[in-house]
Amino acid sequence: MMDSTNQHTVRAYGDELNQITADVARMGGLAEAQIADAIEAVSRRDEGLAQEVIARDAKLDELQREIERKVIRLIALRQPVATDLRRAVAAMKIATDLERTGDLARSVAKRSLSLVEVEPLAPLTRSIERMGKLVAKRMKTVLDAYTSAEVAGALDVWSHDDDIDEHYNALFRELLTYMMADPRTITSCAHLLFMAKNLERIGDHATNIAEMIHFEVTGGELELSRPRQGATDPVRSTEDPS
Amino acid sequence: MIDTRPTLGPAAQGQGESPGLIKLRTRGVNVFYGDKQALKDVSLDMADRAVTALIGPSGCGKSTFLRCLNRMNDTIQGARVEGVIELDGEDVNARSVDPVALRARVGMVFQRPNPFPKSIFENVAYGPRIHGLTQSKAELADVVEQALRRAGLWDEVADRLDQSGSSLSGGQQQRLVIARAIAVDPEVILMDEPCSALDPIATARIEELIDELRRQYCIVIVTHSMAQAARVSQQTAFFHMGQIIEIGRTEDLFTNPREQRTLDYITGRFG
Repeated sequence: MMDSTNQHTVRAYGDELNQITADVARMGGLAEAQIADAIEAVSRRDEGLAQEVIARDAKLDELQREIERKVIRLIALRQPVATDLRRAVAAMKIATDLERTGDLARSVAKRSLSLVEVEPLAPLTRSIERMGKLVAKRMKTVLDAYTSAEVAGALDVWSHDDDIDEHYNALFRELLTYMMADPRTITSCAHLLFMAKNLERIGDHATNIAEMIHFEVTGGELELSRPRQGATDPVRSTEDPS
Repeated sequence: MIDTRPTLGPAAQGQGESPGLIKLRTRGVNVFYGDKQALKDVSLDMADRAVTALIGPSGCGKSTFLRCLNRMNDTIQGARVEGVIELDGEDVNARSVDPVALRARVGMVFQRPNPFPKSIFENVAYGPRIHGLTQSKAELADVVEQALRRAGLWDEVADRLDQSGSSLSGGQQQRLVIARAIAVDPEVILMDEPCSALDPIATARIEELIDELRRQYCIVIVTHSMAQAARVSQQTAFFHMGQIIEIGRTEDLFTNPREQRTLDYITGRFG
């Protein structure tokens, strides 16, 4: 592995790059907290916490714009190449994934507000909670990989994308069964279904971030060989509502 | 061990003619100035219809290497060149090779434009005339016009061909020198920092010209500007302390260099 810890001759250049990386790490911490709190708000039926998640999302949007501004400025003024270029581009793309992650967490929090008003569906809520924890863990692993610039953690997340998909598919079937058995649960189930979809998409963003970490560190692309779910997946191929 | 295979892939070729076969090939080139070794075991393939950029810090040997390719080092006292340098498979240092004829096939453009103290026309006509390339005045005038057109200078000088070459601006002079080099119908054009004395607009015009010319010639350019190497070349060789550290497709070398020293140099770090 090549070492890019040597100082730039122009020290301010190195400082600017480090600042961008630090901003992305900070944004990652925030996004992680948003996912955890959104799930917590669902499982505890905690309206206050849900409102907090919704309000805090603006901070992520702001950070993303700030990172983007800094990266564009760096590209314009410093013309980064090689490891520096990859680091700057990865930061900008990861910031976008984190911003989207924040939007999805906010959406989960919003839907939890609607769930508070109806009877709880305890087993389903627990399923969402389990899936949420899995997604949150995945995001944590990938963000740890980012701050330590370790490809192994990123690869781990990247190659286990199907766990989340399986969870989602199982939940989808479970929800369908509930709705068919008792149409009064349809409103709650629809909300839960969207939550599950949002969580699954957060998992996709974690996978994207893993790809960017791999690109930043190695200069190579992972995308071509990504283990994608295909037409063999019954849910995605026929009934996926999204 | 340095991989010396040509490294031009489809993505680097861009528009127009694609790179051809190996035009220039060197193996194990050593150059000594007196006791001092300036180049160590340099092996590099340079493809036809492609630009090869040589980059590296001052004193790394890139200009010395460039000068080997048309035997300009012959003119330096105490300089000794070892190793294989082939143009189309022919050893350029063979006794049978006339260095003057070689330099007509392998033209050179220098850092500072160096027009002869003659008219614009005579600057370009000089080469074809001494090499006896034309039969008549009309033919010579045609060769001069074609060379000036290919150098992108014709429209600016067509009405003042009899004026002195040194009356032109720096950028125009550099294009005049390029026209002079291509008037003798060379196969290779060597450029040693051709833009370092020019402003950004004149530089852009030369770079545009290089991109035009590479459809027809094998071009080897030494440049201190890494951005320029990235812009104009398809293959880049990084020199350091008389050796080639890394050869690669330009695109790869600037996004993902394989060697730590290349990385440190191109990203502006201490080695």
